[in-house]
Amino acid sequence: MKRYTLPAIFLHWIIALLIISAFIIGLTMVDIPGLTPTKLKYFSWHKWLGVTVLGFACLRLLWRLSHPAPAYPAYMPRWQQSAAHGLHGLLYLLIFAIPISGYFYTLSAGVPVVYLGLFPMPVFMAPNPELKPLLKLVHYWLNMTLLAAFCLHVLAALKHQFIDRDGVFKRILP
Amino acid sequence: MTSRFTFTSLILGSLAALTMTSAAMAAPLKVDANKSTVTAVFKQLNVPVEAKFKKFVVQIDFDSTKPDHAKASVEIDIPSFDLGDPEYNAEVLKKEWFNGSQFPKATFVAGTIKPSAGAPAGSKYDVTGKLTIKGKTTDVQFPLLVKKEGNVQIFDGTLPIKRLSFNIGEGEWKDTSMVADEVVIKFHVVTTP
Repeated sequence: MKRYTLPAIFLHWIIALLIISAFIIGLTMVDIPGLTPTKLKYFSWHKWLGVTVLGFACLRLLWRLSHPAPAYPAYMPRWQQSAAHGLHGLLYLLIFAIPISGYFYTLSAGVPVVYLGLFPMPVFMAPNPELKPLLKLVHYWLNMTLLAAFCLHVLAALKHQFIDRDGVFKRILP
Repeated sequence: MTSRFTFTSLILGSLAALTMTSAAMAAPLKVDANKSTVTAVFKQLNVPVEAKFKKFVVQIDFDSTKPDHAKASVEIDIPSFDLGDPEYNAEVLKKEWFNGSQFPKATFVAGTIKPSAGAPAGSKYDVTGKLTIKGKTTDVQFPLLVKKEGNVQIFDGTLPIKRLSFNIGEGEWKDTSMVADEVVIKFHVVTTP
């Protein structure tokens, strides 16, 4: 079976790793009560990870648009193929929407992003206390959507690998 | 008739008294609290964050023809410091930061206000004075920009301070790689017409 191109494989796994780290740091940091140096550090790391994900997501979209994904096996049911396309579409949407919503959330809180503590990122909006709770909610629910989509994605991959044994999962393995 | 006459003279009398009082006070300027701001800009992990002091009292007695006689003082209400998040606002009032319950006010009292050399007359002054935060007083100096828009005077100042010289951020917060030592206090004072 045809595999994904090497850059596509690399981008898939690096983005997965970055997202999982950002997700865990995100959940941890909001649970730290009060204000501590660790909390400030985690917030910064979380934002740097998010910006990195967004950068790789842009590369990945460009790569994907110029390099179509390898076709599914012809015997795979039509509905499963549509479901897979739909889920991949949603995941692509989320890897853009989540960092962007987080970026605007922190701008609304008046805390711009300085990437790696070195490079000030553009400030597209002034601090906005009215929008802040809304952006927080959007960022949170997009992440919960991602968590659900991620679980389906992993379950489907495991099904292809261990139940169908059709080599679909192997297309993305390094 | 008699009562009305008495009433009128009472008002006139009070007005005269008021005028005299303000003349004796050398007519300090009235400050427009809605248009004036006092903020602090600090850097956490190199990210500049600007936070507002929502309550402060500025007393300013300034006549550009007689800057030597100018007087200025600012009293800042520390618990009104707003970082945009109620949880953080409560945190910075704790002992290791502002210790707001023991030191609820920060003050600045100007000593001298002199026209800056080289600047157009009436536009820029060198101000010295004493700044007290968290019970610690230091001598500070900063440039003051003055603008006139119609009957309104606008005073703008930027005053960099070192937070550690006022013990702001004790213990683990002494680490200046987390929160930089330099904090810039900015004020923008607008008088009423």
